[in-house]
Amino acid sequence: MANLARKRILTVMGNQGILIAFVVFMVIFALASPKFLSLDNLQSVVRSSAILGVMALGVTFVVISGNLDLSVGSMMSFSTIVVLDLHDKLGPSLAIPTMYLMTLGLGGTIGFLVGYLRLNSLIVTLGMLSAIHGLTLTYSGGKNMDIDDKAGTWFSFFGQGEILGLPVPIILFVALAAFLGVLLAKTPFGRKVYAVGGNSTAASFSGIPRARTVFTCYLISAFCVATAGLIQASRSMGSQNTVGQGLELEVLAAVILGGASLLGGSGTVLKTVIGVLILGFIQNGLLLIGWPFYIQYVITWIIIILAVWLDISVKRGKFWATI
Amino acid sequence: MNSEFIKRNLSTSAIWLFIVVELIFFSVAGQYLSLTDVAFMDGGNMLLLLKQSAPIGIIAVGMTIVMVNGNIDLSVGAIFAMAGIILLDSLSWSIFSGIGDWVIVVSVLLALTTGVLLGALNGLIVWKTGVDAFIVTLGSMLGYRGLVFMFNGENPTSNLNWTLVDLAEARFLGVHTATWVFGLTVLIVWLITRYTVHGRNAYAIGDNRNAAVNAGIRVGPHMLINFALIGFLAALSAVVFYAGSGSVNPNDGMLYELWVITAVVLGGTKLAGGSGSIIGTLGGVIAIQLLRTGLGYIGADTSTVNLVLGLILIVVLFIDRQLNVKGAQELKV
Repeated sequence: MANLARKRILTVMGNQGILIAFVVFMVIFALASPKFLSLDNLQSVVRSSAILGVMALGVTFVVISGNLDLSVGSMMSFSTIVVLDLHDKLGPSLAIPTMYLMTLGLGGTIGFLVGYLRLNSLIVTLGMLSAIHGLTLTYSGGKNMDIDDKAGTWFSFFGQGEILGLPVPIILFVALAAFLGVLLAKTPFGRKVYAVGGNSTAASFSGIPRARTVFTCYLISAFCVATAGLIQASRSMGSQNTVGQGLELEVLAAVILGGASLLGGSGTVLKTVIGVLILGFIQNGLLLIGWPFYIQYVITWIIIILAVWLDISVKRGKFWATI
Repeated sequence: MNSEFIKRNLSTSAIWLFIVVELIFFSVAGQYLSLTDVAFMDGGNMLLLLKQSAPIGIIAVGMTIVMVNGNIDLSVGAIFAMAGIILLDSLSWSIFSGIGDWVIVVSVLLALTTGVLLGALNGLIVWKTGVDAFIVTLGSMLGYRGLVFMFNGENPTSNLNWTLVDLAEARFLGVHTATWVFGLTVLIVWLITRYTVHGRNAYAIGDNRNAAVNAGIRVGPHMLINFALIGFLAALSAVVFYAGSGSVNPNDGMLYELWVITAVVLGGTKLAGGSGSIIGTLGGVIAIQLLRTGLGYIGADTSTVNLVLGLILIVVLFIDRQLNVKGAQELKV
């Protein structure tokens, strides 16, 4: 009986663990700092998480399909630099679609290598991380990019604008999350992504085009990265070559925190959004309490391992691994 | 000559072939493009190249055995920085003020112990919780970096001990200290993988974990030892690197994990585990450093290095897929 009860507790905690952690943190921070739950603060957290969040949405698709994407950070630097450079040469209305096409081209290349040629995604995207970084440096000649006429352009709309009092980055994040959430949960394509990630061979035998599904996932990821680059460029109106460096692992941390398994086949868009928000609120809450920013690294470490450990414990019915 | 024989030899010695091609290419291209009169294959140039490859190379040796074991370690960059801080900071701790230059020995031991402990903590978590090593070390990459920042905030930790600098700059038989340490590391870990029970079991576990468990191998302790070993080597790399430079920035070592994994994969180690060799990794490390030095020699800038390195990694992976029989079959599905 005791065993059964323990199992039930484990199951509840495993399934809702990330939500429980989320609520616990919110309560702690709300008690510690009265400013934490103010509307202004909540809005600023979501706003500053938007770039990481948009990228995490795309990576969720890649991870569910059983692959990894380590190149999103340097790809985001690439799209930021490209759109800033083209803005002065072509004007914003041409620069943005061109940047999207170029980023999709990079995503398509990765998708081709991983999907059709069946190369290991970790190494391919590791190589692309380095290659795209080199491409960005070559493109910009190593210089920082700046928009000349910062006041006379509507380009700032995506990063700084507001619609009905809501910041545009938040609207973009929410809209993209809603669209991709429906795509993943309610369409045949979404089911194919889960099938390919769950068991690639079985999916192939049931007539699901594995290669094309993986390819599309990388295209979705590239689209999200381009959007993140657009928000970043428009918010700062100027950028360094290394603006996205290191983001790939933070994005992956958010996706894992949301409960997606690196083996593929599990995870949802909503859970990823919660993962992103947890990271954002921890960062913000610690700042409000007055703790230095690096404490969040340690806390993120502990949360990630606890979250995944709980998830695994539920599946095997035991806390400790027996090997 | 049957094709199987050619294939096997091509895939194991490909990296050395690549190094020869690089040497020839940069020697010839250097004749026309280089700004200096020194030949590319000049002895001093090559010795410097080996010295520069030591910090990444020492960690890559550890990464090889961890990856052969079927795991991966993304936290090596943070362990590297932490060990460097312990090394330099402990040089000036007041409890050691009475022992003169012996403090160097104590500090080095402290730094190495730090590496072993941080590595072993990773290993213990992987062993006891059963969470995938990628996730555990992705987390500790952040967590250990947090510890690094806690030590001295965002300020660099600096301490120039001239005896230590002399040791780092010393040459024995014309070869730099760093290169000696790198060479010894390669030799010792190669012996471990070839001639000890632990080495054999590491391969067995990486190749087929269930079979290893059924054969009575205790998987967990072996993984713990390997993680402690890579922690030790990351710290050793920090000792070699910071003995000469004397200053640690809290952001040091970031992206080291990616460079190290690139070198190991170039050297022919499989991510899935069970295959790979220390000698291949040595080739991978040298190939990368040759590429960096060579491209600099013919006047290309750093952006080209990144671009070329990334593309080579993908091409190597593709060729490996084609040569590997199992991979070739999978391509047809």
